[in-house]
Amino acid sequence: MTPLLTVEDLRVSFPTRTGTVDAVRGVSFSLGRERLGIVGESGSGKSQTGRAIMGLTPNQADVRAKKLLFGDMDLLAMPPKERRLLRGKRLAMILQDPKYSLNPVMTIGLQIVETLKTHERISSKDARARVLQMLEAVQINDPERVFDLYPHEVSGGMGQRAMIAMMLVCGPDLLIADEPTSALDVTVQLEVLAILDKLVAERGMGLIFVSHDLRLVSTFCDRVLVMYAGRVVEELSSANLDQAQHPYTQGLLNCLPHIGSHRHPLPVLERQKEWAE
Amino acid sequence: MTAALSIRDMLVMYEDFAALNRVSLDVNFGESFGIVGESGSGKSTLLRAITGLASFQSGSLTVNGRSYSGRKRDKEFYRTVQMVFQDPYGSLHPRQTVDRLLLEPLTIHGFDNVDARIARALDEVGLGSGFRFRYSHQLSGGQRQRIAIARALIVEPKILLLDEPTSALDASIQAEILNLLEQARRDRNLTFVMVSHDLGVISHMCERLTVMKSGEVVETVPVEALEKRQLAADYTRQLMVASEGFRRD
Repeated sequence: MTPLLTVEDLRVSFPTRTGTVDAVRGVSFSLGRERLGIVGESGSGKSQTGRAIMGLTPNQADVRAKKLLFGDMDLLAMPPKERRLLRGKRLAMILQDPKYSLNPVMTIGLQIVETLKTHERISSKDARARVLQMLEAVQINDPERVFDLYPHEVSGGMGQRAMIAMMLVCGPDLLIADEPTSALDVTVQLEVLAILDKLVAERGMGLIFVSHDLRLVSTFCDRVLVMYAGRVVEELSSANLDQAQHPYTQGLLNCLPHIGSHRHPLPVLERQKEWAE
Repeated sequence: MTAALSIRDMLVMYEDFAALNRVSLDVNFGESFGIVGESGSGKSTLLRAITGLASFQSGSLTVNGRSYSGRKRDKEFYRTVQMVFQDPYGSLHPRQTVDRLLLEPLTIHGFDNVDARIARALDEVGLGSGFRFRYSHQLSGGQRQRIAIARALIVEPKILLLDEPTSALDASIQAEILNLLEQARRDRNLTFVMVSHDLGVISHMCERLTVMKSGEVVETVPVEALEKRQLAADYTRQLMVASEGFRRD
């Protein structure tokens, strides 16, 4: 069986005034219909990996890969027009902050209708019904009302649910969630994650969950890739988090303060040059 | 013993909305006091009302034995109380070098020996003199937060207000900044009032904490109560569960 996504030796680099910056330096993995976490700190290349798969890398950047296959389609060889047809339909991405990623001058309902109409021949009436159904699926109690609200009129948690609804309405095969709950309050985070978890399981999608939070990702995903300086330094199954071998992973796990542990000072990460090599 | 900071029935209204609804709390000298709550709970408003960035309509505020009201604060207040903000990208002047950033509070408060003080301040936060003539855009997030801490400490305050000082930083950098703050507190015998949404951070840094929701205090407990889960309010328990992460059931 062909995997949903095959990534082999993915490289993303940005030309800058001071030379080329290699954001992603040879990332390889393959994904079936499972939940994969990509964890790393800022600058590790985790978001750029997700964006390269989506085809949302800025124009000036250089994206290369030995293989970047979605099913058996070569994403890099595909003309932009065809790739646009995939995006939103079969590949979807949830971004971090609904405040910035939703269109501020369009009601939430119409934004989701727009997604549907871009990818399907569907009447306005049917589209509206589908959207209301989807809003209900993300546990918005009063979908009729929320349909007509603008993004600034809803809370962060509600905005993020609308975002999830928009991404899932076309029934994608692969969902990339880039820090989907980092902008939300802790109590709301869990609700949104539970909704996402349920929908991903019900619809049998593949999920790539990009986050800085190793513990969160490990409770959510089946396996985790840990990235550092544009490379995958370790791959772990979520159950064996405590068996992490790489000192960077161990450091990440160790440096968080917990209720009930008294470690003063906190252990800090001593970055080693060879990790980046 | 006098309290370092004492607030009684503080009320902050924005038109008809009570951002702080009769909040009272006391922080003792030398103590590290935490404030936890989700967005909109009023935790940041409380710090802003203390420093005079927001006005409070009624209630009283006593800092280091002196009373303050409204938005007016004297120089003495800012010698006693300094604040570190959440976003190190927004809280440093983009067109001033680190040297100027640190010089300004010294000039305002009429310190002598400024050169040595700036050098020492940079040293204390773990940045060498190599950083002295950089602009803030030439620094990483963690380095900026170190500068913000240096700027707060340079006037030798007694009380440091910390508004989510590490929530914009990576986990490993957070650990470094928390260690730095603890070291500074030990060395200078500082009083901390620390706002965070992260119970882990608060329990690591503080001895007592207050939980806020919708502009009101839910409860004030010693940190041991968190560890032993002896909590009176349901809301605090909810926060505890949420902080333990996602669980599939």
